[in-house]
Amino acid sequence: MGETSNLIQAGYILSAVLFVLGLKGLGKPRTAVRGNALGAAGMLMAVVVTLTDNKIVSFWQLGLGLVVGALIGGALATQVQMTGMPELVALFNGFGGLASVLVVGASFLEVRELPEDPSATFTLAAAATALIGAITFSGSVVAYGKLRESFGSFGFSSLRYVNGALMVVSLALGLLMLDMPKSVALIVALVALGFLLGVSSVVPIGGADMPVVIALLNSLSGLAASATGFALGNSLLIIAGSLVGASGLILTQIMCVAMNRTLSNVLFSAAPVAVEGADADETYVGKVTSTSADEVALLLENAERVAIVPGYGMAVAQAQHAVRDLAKALEANGTEVVFGIHPVAGRMPGHMNVLLAEAEIDYEKLIEMDVINSTFAQTDMTIVIGANDVVNPVARQENSPISGMPILDVDRSQTVVIIKRSLSPGFAGIPNPLFAADNALMLFGDGKEAVMAMTKALSELSNP
Amino acid sequence: MTFLIALTLFVLAIFLGIELISKVPPTLHTPLMSGSNAISGITLIGAVVSAGAEQTLLATWLGVGAVTLATINVVGGFLVTNRMLAMFSSRKTKKR
Repeated sequence: MGETSNLIQAGYILSAVLFVLGLKGLGKPRTAVRGNALGAAGMLMAVVVTLTDNKIVSFWQLGLGLVVGALIGGALATQVQMTGMPELVALFNGFGGLASVLVVGASFLEVRELPEDPSATFTLAAAATALIGAITFSGSVVAYGKLRESFGSFGFSSLRYVNGALMVVSLALGLLMLDMPKSVALIVALVALGFLLGVSSVVPIGGADMPVVIALLNSLSGLAASATGFALGNSLLIIAGSLVGASGLILTQIMCVAMNRTLSNVLFSAAPVAVEGADADETYVGKVTSTSADEVALLLENAERVAIVPGYGMAVAQAQHAVRDLAKALEANGTEVVFGIHPVAGRMPGHMNVLLAEAEIDYEKLIEMDVINSTFAQTDMTIVIGANDVVNPVARQENSPISGMPILDVDRSQTVVIIKRSLSPGFAGIPNPLFAADNALMLFGDGKEAVMAMTKALSELSNP
Repeated sequence: MTFLIALTLFVLAIFLGIELISKVPPTLHTPLMSGSNAISGITLIGAVVSAGAEQTLLATWLGVGAVTLATINVVGGFLVTNRMLAMFSSRKTKKR
């Protein structure tokens, strides 16, 4: 970007400090609100000092972009329902990635007009931004569509070779740009390949793996910004982009560990196939006990400790408020209520926590998997709502698609009630012997209605 | 800025990011993600210069598009994070 004034440099340093403090604050519940505000202040500072750049000669188009962007962003952020949060995060991610592509595109056109060739750094960084930014955008749009359930997963087993080939071609084109640094065709081809790779990589990934994908796309949007910084010679873009890239990678890693899978396994293997012998009829027939809301309420009335384990099904049924009412009713009756949260429950990292927070459930009652697992043996009743694979005891055995995945040990509580529409398998496609266990009761039906019926029955029992 | 300085910044920032984030409670995973996502909208400052500089019409409009998208990312990201965090914190204050 050439010479930047001292004022701009000073502003950028301050802004980088604010981003660091902001991210640090976001890591602790007590300081998170302030952390977010610090991050926003850093961004405002960065934009304001950039406006003093003497390269800027015309303000109206720029102002137009800022106003339109702020209106759209503000509207989306204030209108969204909490259940729609994963989609929105994915969408914002994609916009950031595409913005980086456009910035580098504009810069490329400018550099092209100069008599001399651009530096190798510019060329490689521009190529990297074009590719990563485009992957981020199209990958996020596909993730958005999947989260809205506009379309499901599809793919074929050799797709990974196609993706590998696309990746090799992209790298080759990027290197070729060193020879032809002013070729518009090459950079457009890189963007196109990026779009293709984003789609073909995310399309085959199943819903339950979405938390990994969302965290990874978050990381990529940071790396795209960082690469833009290399191209423009802008220190703040490099720093802020890398910070986000790193934090996204950490989240990706946490999600992978929570599923006992490697990142490459999530990205390159198709949906797991059911293993032989794990036959649904064999597992279930004659062993499943179904129950009713009234019966569960009778058991709940005398329970001292109840654990509620939510999964993606709770989000689909929009049952979080009904769950809150049930917890309130139980507490009014003197029962201790806790929530067991699996790290990958839902469709993005922390999904269940956000939904339950929206329903005004104190976050101190949301217990992490490692902590709550040691307490299930002292729990009178565990209510599983809309979760399946994360409570499947098969994970403790060898030779199953989910072997080794950490699970919530709900089967160790005295009674387990599973609220579910049917005995259909979860994402892993395998039957869940928990449903047929001696201490398990199936409550078939819509999650929200079932929970409301339980609350009603319970309050009739306690206030006759 | 030389390539070497740029690379130094990149490597240091990656390590700083890893140190900052490595111990975040699951409750904050979503807000952290959407907050850091808003920070990745920093590409906005590159976009601002592109949209305002004197250059070809196409480059200017690419810049305007970039400003719009990046602003959606930034404004929307920080606002939505704040909304989420407000849900976490309001009960804390009510209780005390």
